[in-house]
Amino acid sequence: MTVQQSIRPEAPRGTGEVVMSARHVAKHYGAVKALKGVNFDIHRGQVTTLFGENGAGKSTLMKILAGIVTPTSGQILLDGEPVTFNGANDALAQGISIIHQELALAPNLNVRDNIFMGREIRTRRGVDFAEEERVTRALMEELEEEIDPLTPVEELRLGQQQIVEIARALQAKSRILIMDEPTSALSASEVEVLFKVINDLTAKGVSIVYISHHLEEALEVTDHAVVLRDGEMTAYAPRNEIDLEWIVRNMVGEGFDLGTPPDSKMGEPSLIVEDLCVPDPSGHGLVVDHMSLSVRAGEIVCIYGLMGAGRTEMMECAAGRLRAKSGAVKLHGRDISHMSIAERIEAGLVLVPEDRQRDGLVQTMTVGQNLSLSSIGAFTRGLFTSRKDERKVIDDSIREVTVKTDGGGAMIGSLSGGNQQKVVIGKMLATRPEVILLDEPSRGIDIGAKAEVFKLLARTAQDRGLAVLYSTSEVGECLSIAHRIIVMNRGRIAAEFDHTATKEQIMAASGEAVHH
Amino acid sequence: MADVTNSKPGSGGMGLNIGKILLEGRAFFALVAIIAVFSILSPVYFSIGNFLIMSSHVAIFGLLAIGMLLVILNGGIDLSVGSTLGLAGVVAGYLMQGVEIPAAGVVLYPPVWAVVVLTICLGAFVGLINGVLIAFFNVPAFVATLGMLYVARGVALLMTNGLTYNNLGGAEALGNTGFDWLGFNRIAGVPIGVIVLALVALTVGLVLARTAFGRWLYASGGNERAAELSGVPTRSVKISVYVLSGICAAIAGLVLSSQLTSAGPTAGTTYELTAIAAVVIGGAALTGGRGNVRGTMLGAFVIGFLSDGLVIIGVSAYWQTVFTGAVIVLAVLLNSLQYGRARR
Repeated sequence: MTVQQSIRPEAPRGTGEVVMSARHVAKHYGAVKALKGVNFDIHRGQVTTLFGENGAGKSTLMKILAGIVTPTSGQILLDGEPVTFNGANDALAQGISIIHQELALAPNLNVRDNIFMGREIRTRRGVDFAEEERVTRALMEELEEEIDPLTPVEELRLGQQQIVEIARALQAKSRILIMDEPTSALSASEVEVLFKVINDLTAKGVSIVYISHHLEEALEVTDHAVVLRDGEMTAYAPRNEIDLEWIVRNMVGEGFDLGTPPDSKMGEPSLIVEDLCVPDPSGHGLVVDHMSLSVRAGEIVCIYGLMGAGRTEMMECAAGRLRAKSGAVKLHGRDISHMSIAERIEAGLVLVPEDRQRDGLVQTMTVGQNLSLSSIGAFTRGLFTSRKDERKVIDDSIREVTVKTDGGGAMIGSLSGGNQQKVVIGKMLATRPEVILLDEPSRGIDIGAKAEVFKLLARTAQDRGLAVLYSTSEVGECLSIAHRIIVMNRGRIAAEFDHTATKEQIMAASGEAVHH
Repeated sequence: MADVTNSKPGSGGMGLNIGKILLEGRAFFALVAIIAVFSILSPVYFSIGNFLIMSSHVAIFGLLAIGMLLVILNGGIDLSVGSTLGLAGVVAGYLMQGVEIPAAGVVLYPPVWAVVVLTICLGAFVGLINGVLIAFFNVPAFVATLGMLYVARGVALLMTNGLTYNNLGGAEALGNTGFDWLGFNRIAGVPIGVIVLALVALTVGLVLARTAFGRWLYASGGNERAAELSGVPTRSVKISVYVLSGICAAIAGLVLSSQLTSAGPTAGTTYELTAIAAVVIGGAALTGGRGNVRGTMLGAFVIGFLSDGLVIIGVSAYWQTVFTGAVIVLAVLLNSLQYGRARR
């Protein structure tokens, strides 16, 4: 079935007629309040951008607009009438489509089949592939992309896949199009084409909800700005009343103290990364491009960078999960590049991975078993583990990282995100490491837990002389406990600051504020 | 601040607690129910003698199921155990018949202990091939062990040309008597096969609960990526479970051929499925990370006591198959009830 929405091409941009609005929209996941009452309007033929840091509630809000998530309370008005969507297909039928940040394409199918997936052009004799191919070609022309409709999607670059996803939404002739970070994988010229497409669409009366971390880039296309922070809408204003500084101020906020660099006694460099190169999984180029850095004992270093800057790959390579193409990782001057993950942990280098659920926790085990997983050797006596000694390891860890649990017997899934993160950190600290790498340690945890995690890191660096290297994509977290800030951009170190740097300096260096 | 989010839905009320106890101890209650029902239906069912005979049948499946449990805890599957059992029996039979060495012109009759050791080594070797294929060459466990199912069975058939070794008794003069000890003798009235099962179960239970290896196994079955990043040698764990499964299958093969005093190349066909059923009835999750020896033993006894009970009361063998199938599906249904609640 093809969804044919009548688009009025005569509707000029800037009519300002409200097509969709959110009224007191809130979403709670158990005790976690992802969204706490948001109000804003989407105007016909205009671009509304959602600004906010990770975990501010942008994705939740966007999923509510697209019918994927049902709000706990509040209303969505479509053309002034309250609506409830029965899933994403229902929203699509009403002319709302979404382009996800994680692409929702079938890699084994070709471009044409992906674009028409679920809404094939059917005739009495089956699918009209010729017509589908013609439409696909026309769409690709419009997007100025030389992609053959019969190419399998898995053979395309990530940026091209993004284009296919956009073409798919265009084909659906939606009147409201939600774009979640559509430019994160695009090159500068592709971004220009996308903006042209956005301008064409709005001229035809399509409304766009846009989400991007590239602030200045988003300012270029947007007509309205909605800023979220910790699930709350902190500001809503038309484009002509705002500037970059206004957005950053509302996004980051002031007031919540994530700590200051601890006054630790710095020793010799514990971790040295020399000229490290990590190949891109697709085989083209490098995700980490000749990177060198060092972290001294007792020092806390922050790596700031956008998604895809190579932070995760650098850390996974240092921890032994990924193989380096060239370069060396040294611990106290000793080359550990050839070691396995287990050997590196033994040597004193540990990683707290970015994705807690996928890489950090064993969901089938208890809090205690998760905490003691990396230090089983420490409580094994001969052949068997000692219950008493394990108890002690667990109790010490729970106390050190202040996990709120009753002795560690509960299943790990019963803890909140913040406490789960503390368990992952506690598990690694229990091995008595000398260097700890933390990939986005604040991801998906609330601001209070965030502050506790940072305090814990600052204390451990100071007391134990631990070398801490953490990464973040939230600029507010750079200017907290870190002694030094390294900004990464496309696999390279773009700049290095001490803790007196400003948010604007850091953002500018990351390529966030200036895209072109 | 929202910290300990309680994901348990209101667990108040006695009714719910009884339901929970029934759910968690389901394999035990099923066994009790089976014994009760057949004791009423047949006067000969409820006796020590009958229980011991049934237990010696259970020993075969039980040994396979323990090996299977280890593999399933790791998130894998071992379809080759039935064939490995058959191959182990045939190799033991072959060794008992004497190994002819043409160059020296002599026939070697290895003593029974050597036969046992060599057969167990064979089981370990079969498991090693499975493990290496799966851990190093990333062949899916289902496919690798399916292949091994055919290969091991084929080798067993080739070795005997499809025939059965009938005389495994050995001879006094050759110094290789005693093979039937495993299958026929009793210690304090308990068949040796049952004692072997108990020893293996206790050892594996202890390994799972109290050693680093046991913890590694649960961790890598629960989340292999997280286990690897925590320093667990996930590859060696994976290979080890297939080796252990092969060893268990070889022991089962020895017990079976000793019980029958013959070794046929088709022995153990489809036993892998019974072993999987026992593990699943015992509450283990096929996705890995959950399960224990106690449950698996209960599962094996449920299957064994059910099918022997049906034989005793004279129900057709075809009905046994139907009943066993129904029990398996019911068990999986209850498993998903127990583990499904936690997920959103």
